[in-house]
Amino acid sequence: MLKINNLHVKLEDEDKQILKGLTLEVPAGQVHAIMGPNGSGKSTLSYVLSGRDGYEVTEGEATLDGKSLLDMEPEERAAAGLFLAFQYPVEIPGVGNMTFLRTAVNAQRKARGEAELSSGEFLKAVRAKAAELQISPEMLKRPVNVGFSGGEKKRNEILQMAMLEPRMCIMDETDSGLDVDAMRLVADGVNALRDAGRSFLVITHYQRLLNHIQPDVVHIMADGCIVRSGGPELALEVEQNGYGDLLAEAG
Amino acid sequence: MSDIAVKDMQVPQVSGTAKAPDALDQRLAALDLPKGAFAAARTDALARLRAMGLPGPRDEYWRYTDPRPFNAPEPAAIARIEGPDSPLFASRDKLTLVFVDGVFDPTASDDPTLDGIEITTLANPSGAEWAEGLFGTLEAAGQTPVRRPFAALNTAAARDGLLIRVTGKPAKPVHVLHRRAFDKADAIWHHLIRLEEGAELTLLETGSVGARSNAVIEADLAPGAKLHHIAAKRANDAKVGVSHLFARVAAGAVLKSFALAVNGTAMRQESFIDLIGDDAVAHVAAAVLGDGEEGPFHHDDTVFITHGALRGESRQVFKKVLKNGATGVFQGKILVKPGAQKTDGYQISQALLLDEASQFLAKPELEIYADDVKCSHGSTTGAIDEDALFYLRSRGVPRDRAIVFLVLSFLADALEEVEDEGLRDEINERLDAWLTGRGRA
Repeated sequence: MLKINNLHVKLEDEDKQILKGLTLEVPAGQVHAIMGPNGSGKSTLSYVLSGRDGYEVTEGEATLDGKSLLDMEPEERAAAGLFLAFQYPVEIPGVGNMTFLRTAVNAQRKARGEAELSSGEFLKAVRAKAAELQISPEMLKRPVNVGFSGGEKKRNEILQMAMLEPRMCIMDETDSGLDVDAMRLVADGVNALRDAGRSFLVITHYQRLLNHIQPDVVHIMADGCIVRSGGPELALEVEQNGYGDLLAEAG
Repeated sequence: MSDIAVKDMQVPQVSGTAKAPDALDQRLAALDLPKGAFAAARTDALARLRAMGLPGPRDEYWRYTDPRPFNAPEPAAIARIEGPDSPLFASRDKLTLVFVDGVFDPTASDDPTLDGIEITTLANPSGAEWAEGLFGTLEAAGQTPVRRPFAALNTAAARDGLLIRVTGKPAKPVHVLHRRAFDKADAIWHHLIRLEEGAELTLLETGSVGARSNAVIEADLAPGAKLHHIAAKRANDAKVGVSHLFARVAAGAVLKSFALAVNGTAMRQESFIDLIGDDAVAHVAAAVLGDGEEGPFHHDDTVFITHGALRGESRQVFKKVLKNGATGVFQGKILVKPGAQKTDGYQISQALLLDEASQFLAKPELEIYADDVKCSHGSTTGAIDEDALFYLRSRGVPRDRAIVFLVLSFLADALEEVEDEGLRDEINERLDAWLTGRGRA
């Protein structure tokens, strides 16, 4: 599904290398977690994969189902099946949540040559999925993320994910700022989307989220590279001992 | 040339010195000054105009906007818009009154009979005795401390307009639909609106006006009255225009005025609002889309709000989206007179520049002579928020469409000033259609 090979990325505006030869493969149907200390390049990886401006790929490649992601515009990557759940979802005053979501869903369908959803079809689908995530009809009517609590914003991200049905979901510290109940709701939403054709890359600081979203593989990232990969037990090791020993070993 | 003698008349004191008398003579010579009704008010207005002259290049109040297109004796001809009108507010039951090049067309209009409201016209003011003694007075009062010559010219020269007296709460809005006929029309119209105590009116203005327009609305709100004014002119219609709203707001009365402007080679919209009674409220707002691609775009909002009583509330919300070398101007002032305690004055002017070639010039001003007031003003000029743009695109929304969303988002605060949710939604949909190229004005 997602293949990243020897990816080198620097900031566009300054001479600062962030990713230094990162290689990673997430096969279809799997959940991979990335953990790592602050400044290791986790968020940069998620932004580079989804096409945010401000980064320059100096070497390496990233493909989704064999197609090079790096040549595509952000909206083309989305239509190809990539989704990034933001660490800080952006507020868009004056644009209704539903209007935005319906535009996004239909833009992707159009880009893939599929029929657009009618208002009725869309409403029915969004209401059902919102109910599962305990998102009220009132929240759906509000402007995108405006006046939402931290937990509501993250649930709204999962709602978008559920409606857009991406094949490759990247979650950038989706657990940050969530209380226990909100984390469970988000995890339930993600787990409901797990299937053989869909993969997840879960970026997190804490092992706690991985109790709810069980990963197949855990990667430790440091200084722009994956330094170690293993099973879920690796996350527990980090939680107990911190990154120090792991990084020294990898060093 | 006018045959009205001015030398014996009382001329009000106005600031500034008379300028360009020759230009004024030429300007007046090109006009056919009306006679008949409101002769005294018109004569006074002409005297005011002669005393102040037309604005010159060094006039401080015209620093950001070139007055020459308004000073010129005749307007430049403009191309006709092809295609039929697509009516805004079509779903709303309303009383439509049609003006062609600024002149009322009774045959194209609805029967102006409605409970709670009396409607006559400036050209045929029979039965509108109430208007005698009121016509021109709010404009005259609005000439101090800053002179507004084109408003005085309007009072002197307006060929037509509505005289509306509201005594109750009419069941539907009054809708002024402007149409163009002559490609060099110099349309000058003047509406006078008097709302009696507790009366309410929604006034809608849509359509397309002449090659050059000069509009005045005088609105006199008695205690507890409410006027909701929404002007949404047609787009893709290069033109020169100046408009003035003069409002006097008595105790507990509420004025809300919103303008949508999507066109204009040289446009100046002035609002002069006097809050004379306690607890009076005035909100003025505008959403402006300026695109200089097919010709120069210049849009100037100039606002002067005076708080003269206790606990007045005023809001100015002006948003301009500019691209392809378009220019936006905002001059906004809040004056709080001595004794106008507990005043709550708010002013925001913002521009979203979609390219480097466009510019926004803002002059916010506060002048406060009371010590227990809350007044704020802010002005910003910015570009599209890249974080928000990326967020939308990452969901699959194409870049152009995402920018439309962000433009609508930027304008949202101004549209919030349209109190009626249905009307606001219609304006939003129309903006969306314009921005995505799906529709025309």
